[in-house]
Amino acid sequence: MQTLKFILSRFLQAIFALFCIITLTFFLARLAPGSPFTEEKSVPEHLKEAMARQYGFDKSLPVQYVTYLGNLMKGDLGPSFGNKGFSVNEIISQSWPVSVVLGLVGLLIALALGVPVGLVAAAKRNQMPDYTLMTLAMIGICLPTFVIAPLLGETLGSKLGWFDVAAWEGSNAWLLGALTLGLYYSAYIARLTRGSMLDILNQDFIRTALAKGVSPISILFKHAFRGGISPVVSYLGPALASLIGGSFVVETVFGLPGLGQHFIKAASNRDYWLINGTVIVYASLVLTLNFLVDIAQVWLDPRLRSHS
Amino acid sequence: MNLLLPQLDQTGYSPGPNRVQSRIQQGTVLVFGLILCSLLLSGCGKRESKVDRATREGMLLIGNGGEPKALDPHLVTSVGDSAIMRAMFEGLVTYHPSNDATHAPGVAERWEANDKKTVWTFYLRKNAKWSNGDPVTAHDFVYSYHRILHPEMGAPYASMLYFLRNAKEYNTDKEGKVPFEDVGVKALDDYTLELTLPNPTPFLPDVLKHTTWLPVHKPTIEKYGGMTEHFTDWQKPGNSVSNGAFQVTKWRVGSYVRVEKNPYYWDKDNVKLNGVEFYAFENSFTEERAFRNGLIHKTYVVPPNLIPLYKEKKSPELRLEPYIGTYFYRFNCTNEVTGNVHLRRALSAAIDREQIVKYVTQAGEIPAYAFTPPTEGGYQPPRRVKFDPAEAKEHLKNAGYAKGSDVPAFSLFINTSESHTAVAIAILDMWKTHLGIDPKKVTIKNQEWKVYQVTIQDLKYDVARSGWIGDYLDPKTFLSLFTSDDTNNHTGWANDEYDRLFAESDNIGDEAKRFEKLEQLENVLLDELPITPIYWYTTKYLLNDDVRNWNPLLLDNHPFKAVELIAD
Repeated sequence: MQTLKFILSRFLQAIFALFCIITLTFFLARLAPGSPFTEEKSVPEHLKEAMARQYGFDKSLPVQYVTYLGNLMKGDLGPSFGNKGFSVNEIISQSWPVSVVLGLVGLLIALALGVPVGLVAAAKRNQMPDYTLMTLAMIGICLPTFVIAPLLGETLGSKLGWFDVAAWEGSNAWLLGALTLGLYYSAYIARLTRGSMLDILNQDFIRTALAKGVSPISILFKHAFRGGISPVVSYLGPALASLIGGSFVVETVFGLPGLGQHFIKAASNRDYWLINGTVIVYASLVLTLNFLVDIAQVWLDPRLRSHS
Repeated sequence: MNLLLPQLDQTGYSPGPNRVQSRIQQGTVLVFGLILCSLLLSGCGKRESKVDRATREGMLLIGNGGEPKALDPHLVTSVGDSAIMRAMFEGLVTYHPSNDATHAPGVAERWEANDKKTVWTFYLRKNAKWSNGDPVTAHDFVYSYHRILHPEMGAPYASMLYFLRNAKEYNTDKEGKVPFEDVGVKALDDYTLELTLPNPTPFLPDVLKHTTWLPVHKPTIEKYGGMTEHFTDWQKPGNSVSNGAFQVTKWRVGSYVRVEKNPYYWDKDNVKLNGVEFYAFENSFTEERAFRNGLIHKTYVVPPNLIPLYKEKKSPELRLEPYIGTYFYRFNCTNEVTGNVHLRRALSAAIDREQIVKYVTQAGEIPAYAFTPPTEGGYQPPRRVKFDPAEAKEHLKNAGYAKGSDVPAFSLFINTSESHTAVAIAILDMWKTHLGIDPKKVTIKNQEWKVYQVTIQDLKYDVARSGWIGDYLDPKTFLSLFTSDDTNNHTGWANDEYDRLFAESDNIGDEAKRFEKLEQLENVLLDELPITPIYWYTTKYLLNDDVRNWNPLLLDNHPFKAVELIAD
């Protein structure tokens, strides 16, 4: 019962947050100077007015807002001005799978690299392996994706020829993209794992286990791991969300038709409905994943159950 | 081969464990063999790149700037989008593959004009077909011009059709007082189209090549929505019907558009390519890397930083060719500082354009001595704009400033880009060296693209970087900009003499006399300097040597039907 109540309240909170985000985005996007119809060769006023009528921009802002919410309830995210002939729904459903593949594979790489590195570093605390790995992780964190991505493209792509350097269909360039994202997030995950494992390893019950003669390996994996991985699990939600929604750099560098690029392009095109659409997707993603993480946390850590 | 043959025991009896073991051995040998083979293959013969395969298949792969905004000729505005339109649609007259000044016949077999060049008759070929097999008729053109000019349509580039009689009146009429019948376009019969213009326009065939004059297929437009609706599905592959050498078969948002040969195209036997893929690379470095790795035949641009490297290698792939466009600075003529014509003259004369193209832009740009770029065998602009420090100082005195340090602070707007910043810094340095204007007094203001457009349109700047690309091969596409009522003037400059000369030039049917008038006109502009030209653009791209018949063109509008792919 307790758990159900907790889930329900988290769910309602998420819905409310989403509504606020939609409203804010709707009005904030209109504050930016220019409009979807601003072009280098200026469009005469009468034509701008005609275009505004085509998209319903001739109505007052509150009326537009209500219309938009109404359409949203029906699942209609509106047309895109930057990609005429496509609705925002179509654009998102086309680009979504690309981002999901990039994000999930990226996350897998990050976990596969980050967690073991963090464990080793924690087990060999303040020894050579720890210093080496943590220095590498620090470098990984400091190198932004727009540096790693072209580097991987030039080395693994151009020089060695193992990967294509761009394009989605019939190409493996997306693997380079996933690798870029994976390397970047693995550095965070390694540091996070190390830190929380150390916290756990310093606790009394570990000392008790040691005193009772439990083997160090067993302590690491059986006693400490479940608690130690908990911060990593809570990081997974936002990490996956930003991996999926925020892979703009990687998409641009490897020419991948994912969702991230629409975020940026929609804003610079003043493609209002696409801005709203991408923000809604991203926000729903963050909220859903956080919601799931909350539940997973409760399941992982018995202490949280009583608190909630 | 023996690996695959069944190994029979000599005795004909093979015990279980032994058989399993031999299977494992076979498997191991097979795997090693495969690895060895693949290593040998990759070592000896080079893996066929995407471009090699595309060449074999007659598929041209080109970088095309960003994502197309639409595949509707009446809605597109960008250079890249127009390229796709050129492949898919064919107008009355089309571009010649190697000479901008000549016209290749399109849907019109031949045409004639009256002596005054105000009434033009186009005779359409009877074998022109849409990609669904329908014949292309004069009525299709009437419908298309009606559509782009319709006041409800709000087509961004409708003004390109204002050459037609009453076109502007119809397009700007909100009350519905001007019927479309008044506009100067008429189908005399199914295959004869008459265009009537208010002014003599000897260069009309040049204008007709522009994207805005391309025809659309009425039944398709009406099937997916109304005539004037922007947002319908008619442009999508499968729905779209076009009359050019190619038709769209794939549109992947954020990735590419593929067009393939139109089986009904009247001249399909002369179309060398089987199709074109237009890639939407958002990043020029990615595009260059894709080119280097054999993923595309041609890039849309070359990152400026890489041009010197390609030049050093003497790469035959690097192409830098004159382009009909001008990079210039606008002066806001409505404010106190830059409203002073003498100061504008001083600022202009202090810019050493040779240095800018040689050391800053470095891509073979031509220092501009006028606003309109010269065309070979065509219009030659007056050589008015010069770098002259002594004269610049003279102008500064006339402007009322004894020395440069007296000039009040002003702003210089650019849109965010490394190369615009570099040019601006070089110019600031020249103003300091030759006029003594402290660079600290000139604020370079960097704005995001759309914000910057609004700043310029609202005249909220002092000096602003700008560019203009010609829509057709005639000085009018440049000089019309600074008439007082032009929507792209954006300088606040209005000059009665300029307006008068422009109106006069519009009434001259004789080419040579018209150019003379336009030269006078340009002299007024360059004397008053509401703008100062910096350089004339070049197109910069990388081209694979499999691509044949891709020639330098001033307008950079290549007819894809003439392009050929031949492997070396």
